[in-house]
Amino acid sequence: MLPRDLKAEDFAGYPPQAKKLAVEHIAVLRALPLSFLPSFLRQLIDYDYKFPLERAAIDAEVKVIGSLSPKGLNEWFGGFAHISLSPNMDRVDWVNRPAEFLEQESAYLWTTGQLDAFRTAAMEYGSRQQAAAPAKPIPIQRLGIAILGQGVTTYDKPLFRYLRTVGTYFTQVDPTNGVAQLVAAVEARAKAHPVPYGHWYVDGGQEAAHSPQLTSVSYAALKPVRSSLLHYINKQIAKPGMGPEELRTEMARLVPADLGMRGGDPVLDRFQVQMFTEGSGTQIFSTTFAMWTAREALRRAQPLTLLVRYAPRQAQRPMNELLSNTDKTPELDYMGSLVDADMGTYYHWIDQQRLTGHNSSAFLAWFEGHNQAVVIAPTLPRGVESTSAMNLGELLKLAMS
Amino acid sequence: MSEQIFNGTGMKYRGQSMNPAEIAAHLGRTRRDFLRTAAGLSLGTALIGTGPLLRAESRRRKRKVIVITFGGGARDQETFAPEGQENIPHLMHELIPQSSFFTRMTNHGILGHYVATASLATGVYETLNNFAAIPPHHPTVFEYFRKDLKRPSSDAWVVAPSNGFNRIGQSDARHYGDGLGATVILPKRLLDAASAGKKDDYAHLIHDNYETPYYTPQVEGSEFDLQQLQTILKLSVSDFMAHARTLSSPDELSVFIAKRLMKLEAPSLLWITMHDMDIAHSGAYSLYVEGIQRTDRLCGEIWKAVQSEPEYAGNTTLLILPDFGRDSDEDAGGNGFQHHRTGDIASRTTWMMALGPDIRQGIVYEDPVQSIDLVPTLGAMMGFSTQLAKGKPIKQLV
Repeated sequence: MLPRDLKAEDFAGYPPQAKKLAVEHIAVLRALPLSFLPSFLRQLIDYDYKFPLERAAIDAEVKVIGSLSPKGLNEWFGGFAHISLSPNMDRVDWVNRPAEFLEQESAYLWTTGQLDAFRTAAMEYGSRQQAAAPAKPIPIQRLGIAILGQGVTTYDKPLFRYLRTVGTYFTQVDPTNGVAQLVAAVEARAKAHPVPYGHWYVDGGQEAAHSPQLTSVSYAALKPVRSSLLHYINKQIAKPGMGPEELRTEMARLVPADLGMRGGDPVLDRFQVQMFTEGSGTQIFSTTFAMWTAREALRRAQPLTLLVRYAPRQAQRPMNELLSNTDKTPELDYMGSLVDADMGTYYHWIDQQRLTGHNSSAFLAWFEGHNQAVVIAPTLPRGVESTSAMNLGELLKLAMS
Repeated sequence: MSEQIFNGTGMKYRGQSMNPAEIAAHLGRTRRDFLRTAAGLSLGTALIGTGPLLRAESRRRKRKVIVITFGGGARDQETFAPEGQENIPHLMHELIPQSSFFTRMTNHGILGHYVATASLATGVYETLNNFAAIPPHHPTVFEYFRKDLKRPSSDAWVVAPSNGFNRIGQSDARHYGDGLGATVILPKRLLDAASAGKKDDYAHLIHDNYETPYYTPQVEGSEFDLQQLQTILKLSVSDFMAHARTLSSPDELSVFIAKRLMKLEAPSLLWITMHDMDIAHSGAYSLYVEGIQRTDRLCGEIWKAVQSEPEYAGNTTLLILPDFGRDSDEDAGGNGFQHHRTGDIASRTTWMMALGPDIRQGIVYEDPVQSIDLVPTLGAMMGFSTQLAKGKPIKQLV
């Protein structure tokens, strides 16, 4: 089937809001090239489980496309129209299984050397969309906080190496009640600016006490989900003929109920499951989980505040053993986790800088229990060291001033 | 729309808007500058006009070549850039000063480790399934070498870390293939065969493919593997196991086997692939850096072995190259060091160093070369035809 053949009943299997949107804009969808449309449908099919800003972005995207003249459509999608697809691909059920279509499309683009052309077309399209529907300004200064090094007593190598070049490095921070002060600051922001999914707390271990106004994700709280997924993976791997691509496809179909999650927030539950089913290494290393969750939260929910606290991950063992999840008290790698978290924190800042308001955003990273922190804010100098004595609360005020 | 691609705000590298060619050139230049500063290399473009190196035919016939590839790729931030140099002391201070270093080797093929290594070994961008145990579709360098120079199977070996690489030594190409390839030795299978029933003690040496955490092919040793151990490597099971106990990673096991092969079989063409650093796919940055540090040390060990083995000293060219790079921090479609999925220019642009008696020392070349140029270069070095390879001999090496 090709896009021009789409009918309203083809979307019968979509969740209610996604179906409504698809049917309302079916004329727009029919005009799009097959090399492009499944990518859009992959987002649309999950519309009912998307964060508010994601839904707004989909709404805006389809509206912008719908406003294009035939000439405009040619200009916007000419690059995609020139992509050739395998003759068999129009037989794939790309309406109901767009992710599987994209897996095949991606493999075909790599094999036929068309990936660069697709990439160029995609980037041009992204730029046009951003110009046509710019993101709305945010109500307050965006804030990122990272807490790393839990359980590390001494560390004599340089920390925050990349972040120090863009911020001020503080070496006399008072660590007393540091975690509580930072969580309280996030809670205060959530109370003052109650935006749905606007203030997040991600913990790579057991989360600290916090207000229910925060969107909270923690590795410890998700242990049953993770165990359930690892059990599923092991069963799948044991099946004859099961390869990594097939397994990835199977995992992408899992929904919260498949992994024992019931009665929670359907949007957040779906997000949490995707951290495990779509992330690489999130299933076995808590540091990777925290890093990936921060990335995805920023990319998708675009929170105004994101606090990420890293915890020690288990030490490396053979992959089969890690996936088998049989060791209930695994050895922890404290130093390795600190190094992992240091790089994860750098990525946290980079991902924050991709969002609206990046020129005025603030970021604080703290070595938990120690005196070192780095603060990046428009008002603070870059690449300098400060020996001013401050606690975490005061440091945050400085960042937000 | 595809979040893999559309989250970005245009093609930027290090904060500057650049097209792919400019980014590749920028990568090559910065790599050159790092090396010229830290390792004291000279710029090689001025020397190209001096003409190709001349070699006597007799010397060519005695020549041996060792190729080390990294199934992983390491970015400049963790290697050649000032902040990464502490991770590669052996490359920086021992090997690079003796090498011709190519800062801009690009891979235009599929960025999966098996398929990319197959492309390196055939000189053609292979399109086979990265996760399937199938042979390359074009003749491998081992087949060209053995067929053209009438060399026995004992003269071409591959030491591969992953079970998925067991078909890398020989293609299914017409007029090649059948019996003309390299002997592939999979150290982990040897270990499995030898450790019967005591795998737990050696589990850390049996890590397999990291490209996806879900791909853990079975390691199954056999009677044939035990024969390899005893007849070729001249190791008793107990000696092998005792030595394995002292090693810390699959790549260390591979290098142990490779050095044993050098001593006992002295193949003229030896190909070693390493993959410890590909643990990056798990997202653990510290383990990725440890992998780089270990690979650096092991490359130094192999070069020392070349100098100390009489069959190799003075007549061996060593080529070291990653199969491709990793995603840059700037590309919104990836997650930096973790993967090589975006196909961006950073993930396609890597490097190669060449060391040996006929190689100019301490020279850095910025000229673009491709992964598929390796096979024709080896052919020109060793005097065999690589007629179906698509690349070109690298003029600075032949």
